[in-house]
Amino acid sequence: MNKALHQLGEYSLLMKKSISIPDRWNMFFKQLVKEIYKLGVDSLWIVIIISVFIGTVIAIQVSLNIQSPLIPKFTIGYMTREIILLEFSSSIMALILAGKVGSNIASEIGTMRVTEQIDAMEIMGVNSANYLILPKIVGLMLFIPVLVIFSMFTGIIGGVFASYFVEGMSSTDFEYGLQYWYNSFYIWYSIIKSVVYAFIIASIASYFGYYVKGGALEVGKASTNSVVMSSIMILLADVILTQLLLT
Amino acid sequence: MVEVKHIIKSFDGRVVLNDINAVFEDGKTNLIIGRSGSGKTVLIKNIIGLMLPDSGAILYDGRDLTAMTKKETKHLRREMGMLFQGSALFDSMTVLENVMFPLDMFSKDSSKERRSRAEFCLERVNLQDAGHLFPSEISGGMMKRAAIARAIALQPKYLFCDEPNSGLDPKTSLIIDDLIHDITTDYNMTTIINTHDMNSVMNIGDNIIFIKEGNMEWRGHKDEIMTSTNKALNDFIFASDLFRKVKEVEMHQEEG
Repeated sequence: MNKALHQLGEYSLLMKKSISIPDRWNMFFKQLVKEIYKLGVDSLWIVIIISVFIGTVIAIQVSLNIQSPLIPKFTIGYMTREIILLEFSSSIMALILAGKVGSNIASEIGTMRVTEQIDAMEIMGVNSANYLILPKIVGLMLFIPVLVIFSMFTGIIGGVFASYFVEGMSSTDFEYGLQYWYNSFYIWYSIIKSVVYAFIIASIASYFGYYVKGGALEVGKASTNSVVMSSIMILLADVILTQLLLT
Repeated sequence: MVEVKHIIKSFDGRVVLNDINAVFEDGKTNLIIGRSGSGKTVLIKNIIGLMLPDSGAILYDGRDLTAMTKKETKHLRREMGMLFQGSALFDSMTVLENVMFPLDMFSKDSSKERRSRAEFCLERVNLQDAGHLFPSEISGGMMKRAAIARAIALQPKYLFCDEPNSGLDPKTSLIIDDLIHDITTDYNMTTIINTHDMNSVMNIGDNIIFIKEGNMEWRGHKDEIMTSTNKALNDFIFASDLFRKVKEVEMHQEEG
């Protein structure tokens, strides 16, 4: 309990130090563009690949589980859309990004810590937390809606693909189901959630990296811990945000 | 000039620095020497403000670091340059970008002037052809020289070096030592070097303090060190076969 409170205190202080006005705006924007590319654009392919496959699998699984003649076939498209829009493209994708992006951030900052690069910045009078962490948080928060939109689009494409080639499904019914009882707020709900998740992933990973002590082994541990902690916090935030936004 | 007055530092009740007093002068290479674990790294970390002493004062030309506000400390840091043991160059930047980093962060000069200053610093350390390379693409000695170039980019008043020769061969060590010494005298900087390399001590030790188990045991010039009668210092110096033999030869010559 004491350790958890200590970590919470350290995390809050680090965020206070990070979220402040940058020393040089041009350096901040330069870093921001780099981080958007590294954390966001570089994640695009994995998001697209996973989304297409999961969209396909969701459609097939729903189709296999709805065999009753009383349930209309368009339900497959409807359910695929709802799962992708409400949960997969935001929450499940955030858990995947916590692994990819979170471990990248923690190991990058952790390595800088153990090789004294962060100390070097501090000695120069640079606010190292602000210089290193803020562009990562802002960059991921800005770009994650793009990833979510791509995930939704390609996930549904995967479902449509399944409807053409899998037995027992009709593409016409599937497309009707995709449009049936559509609520555009679900897209905003997903985007709002993803922005919160982006903050969780970038800030928690930065925290674990920034306070690494020791060597390469500890950097690895910090990276793992950051993924575990981010995943738990994402799931907790999912419950809270769903309660706040949908009920 | 940097003055250290009555510095005491302990960790979990264990005293690591015990009432250290020292004066590090301008335009001289001031060396802190001692065995591994003697407290010299803790001392240099206290001097540069990466750690705070339990008591005592650290004066930078009369300004007490331990009593400064965050803003004053930040301002003072811009007058400091630091050469870390592992060079601490930023992996994601080229050598030139590394040298330009402090200028980009703090200099009000134009982009062209900043670049020109960085190139001058690289030329000063004889690395003018390595600006486009990344730290992973250059040797240990070149990394040290690049780190020196970065440290002097903002023309600091105070230069700190933590084990500058660690991991280098004797010839490269000599080059780094001479470079630090030349820069110190050329720019009249206060340079403080933390080392246990006796070749450096004999080469550039203008002002030396010897620390043993957190206590300052001896201070003096490189010319006095071989003739010192301090037992702890002699144990430290003559642990090396080479220096023991040099001492024996000197004694034979004196007797002869």
